[in-house]
Amino acid sequence: MALKTVTAINIYSDICKGCGICVDACKFGVFEMSTERGKQGYLLPKVVRLENCTKCELCELSCPDIAIEVIGG
Amino acid sequence: MHTLAKKIMREDQFPMVFCPGCGDGTITHLVGIAIDELGIIDDVCTVGGVGCSGWLASIFNVDFFKAIHGRTLPVAIALKLTRPSRKVLVFTGDGDCAAIGGNHFLHACHKNIDLTVVMINNQIYGMTGGQVAPTTPLGSTTPTSPYGKIEPALDLCKVAEAAGASFVSRWTTAHPKQLLRTLKKAIMHPGLAYVEVITQCPVQSGRYVHGSGDPVHLLKWIRENSLTKTQMEKLSPEERAGKMLIGDFLEEIRPEFTAKTYQFMAEVQASKKASVDLGR
Amino acid sequence: MVVASKEGTVKIVQGNGACVEGALIAGCRFYAGYPITPSSEIAEEMARRLPLLGGICLQMEDELASINALAGASWGGWKAMTATSGPGFCLMQEGIGMAASMETPCVIVNVQRGGPGSGQSTAPAQGDVFQARYGSNGDYPMISLAPSDAQEFFDLTIRAFNLSEKFRTPVTILADEMVGHTRESIYIPPVEEIEIINRKYPTVPKDKFLTYMPDPDDLVPPMPAFNDGYRCVVTSQVHTEGGWRADGAQAAKLIQRLIDKVERQIDYITDVESQWIDDADMAVISYGAPMRSAIRAVIDARERGMKVGWMKLRTLWPFPAKQVQEVAQQVKWILVPEMNVGRMVLEVERVAHGACEVIPVPKFGGRCHTPGDIFKPIKETYR
Repeated sequence: MALKTVTAINIYSDICKGCGICVDACKFGVFEMSTERGKQGYLLPKVVRLENCTKCELCELSCPDIAIEVIGG
Repeated sequence: MHTLAKKIMREDQFPMVFCPGCGDGTITHLVGIAIDELGIIDDVCTVGGVGCSGWLASIFNVDFFKAIHGRTLPVAIALKLTRPSRKVLVFTGDGDCAAIGGNHFLHACHKNIDLTVVMINNQIYGMTGGQVAPTTPLGSTTPTSPYGKIEPALDLCKVAEAAGASFVSRWTTAHPKQLLRTLKKAIMHPGLAYVEVITQCPVQSGRYVHGSGDPVHLLKWIRENSLTKTQMEKLSPEERAGKMLIGDFLEEIRPEFTAKTYQFMAEVQASKKASVDLGR
Repeated sequence: MVVASKEGTVKIVQGNGACVEGALIAGCRFYAGYPITPSSEIAEEMARRLPLLGGICLQMEDELASINALAGASWGGWKAMTATSGPGFCLMQEGIGMAASMETPCVIVNVQRGGPGSGQSTAPAQGDVFQARYGSNGDYPMISLAPSDAQEFFDLTIRAFNLSEKFRTPVTILADEMVGHTRESIYIPPVEEIEIINRKYPTVPKDKFLTYMPDPDDLVPPMPAFNDGYRCVVTSQVHTEGGWRADGAQAAKLIQRLIDKVERQIDYITDVESQWIDDADMAVISYGAPMRSAIRAVIDARERGMKVGWMKLRTLWPFPAKQVQEVAQQVKWILVPEMNVGRMVLEVERVAHGACEVIPVPKFGGRCHTPGDIFKPIKETYR
């Protein structure tokens, strides 16, 4: 159950390298890998359950490319 | 682009040079948060060594010196002494710090000079293609240890402590919140602050040492094999083999080299001896 | 403590001590070095004097740390120097090339001793003169000065700092144990008479600053200090004008500019002294400690009616080609005494290009030429 509501989770698709760490880091199932590719050609994650986000920010802090930003909440 | 990156990093360095899934970028972000929350950016300058880890120094929008291999610390020492208000952040790797730079590391710790040394430990020589490093685990096969590494991994935290560093910590990229908290303390610590960060290296140590190029798998390995003191104490000696000790090991206020240098300078100038020509 | 006064002063010092006097007057306030005979007196004197002037003297753990500390201090905004001898000079080579590539002003003194290896710690030699030019990896410029007595060690140390600042390049001073340890009087001129040159500071706005954008007139980029707000990009790799890693064409452009920066100013940089060349049939060209014996030998030759002149190379690199070439075209013989197996004589031969006979007068094993050692080949050759 979400404790705080975040307004958005930005995924910066031109710098994401599709490593999948964010999908694994989130314990609340917010992300899934998509079939879309970013500017560099890597597969991108996408936000599928924003309402589950607790703003723990582990996705943002674990991202090796500073390519995720949790907004609001 | 991330708000913090826009604020304090060089936009033309994105996307960052690191391999997909490499922990270097994670550490860059955390250092950036620390610098921003401490409000010190105008006083920060960075010195990077040779190796993937050195490039962290180039991401922040500050004066940056990319040293030759192993020689970050003498450069950092001189930058600090020539303007004590500088906050000098050193980014070095296991080869740059523990092998070729070992002697300088020993002496920087010995001086307990006010620097923050972030040693990014991916347990291998990443940039040059995966050769064995002092920090590579015992028995690992790499291009330069094809029959297995003979020595065990070098524990540079112990070296730092023995040599005289007054702040010693080891965390990992699988512990971002603890690492961020420690980085903030380390940067503000008035002395040699050594922060070692175990990091995943999907392309080199991932494949050669851990048998996987998947960053998620490697972070899981790191999480399972890096334990705090309390966790280690619950294990038998056999269970502890191959595990890495993490935590904040040491944080003490001790005489610091820059402060003492300037103090001596003031005392010498003020003393009566100053007027005597001591030349031969 | 007053370093230089309004009236000139006379001091009796070793050559090494004269070097320190020159360095302090030139504005050196940072020293990082490692003790090595016969240069240690420089470090010891710096350790006593620098704190009195608000400077910092460090004994580092080795020469590798020393040269790299110089680079840090220079980018920190201070004038920096080290002193060493042959074995330590070898260890500094990577750092010297790095400083040349990064265009970092600094002064490296090599009080040369017998080599090779640990060699002869307390005996003079001139075996490192080519190492000074070519010791580091890759292509880079070098300015090297060679004092032959304590007064010159004082004068040329000031000149070394000035050249280093003006051209933003490391400058090596190639002394030898004899020059370093001989105690004699030096004259320190009044402060106003001494020219001190400082590096150019940027004039563009901070957000327009590119770390390695040269001024078109002298090919030298202005240099701020770290934390002055310019966000310098200083990397040991070959780099673009912005400071970032360069591709092939940009790398070649940088290397060419570094070479041109110094070579185009060869007339300004090279500095020789000569006497009795105008009517000479023979010239003795030398540098460092042997020069003093050479001058004595030439005086003896003149007294016996031989038309011999002398030329002292106070600059070894860039090699004073024009000056030596003029001599070669005029005389029948050039003798080159040096305390090595024959090094600068190769440069003399190169620029003489067959115009006259060039005769090496080597002496090695840790002993300097006596006037007789040089007079003998003069007498045997002169016809």
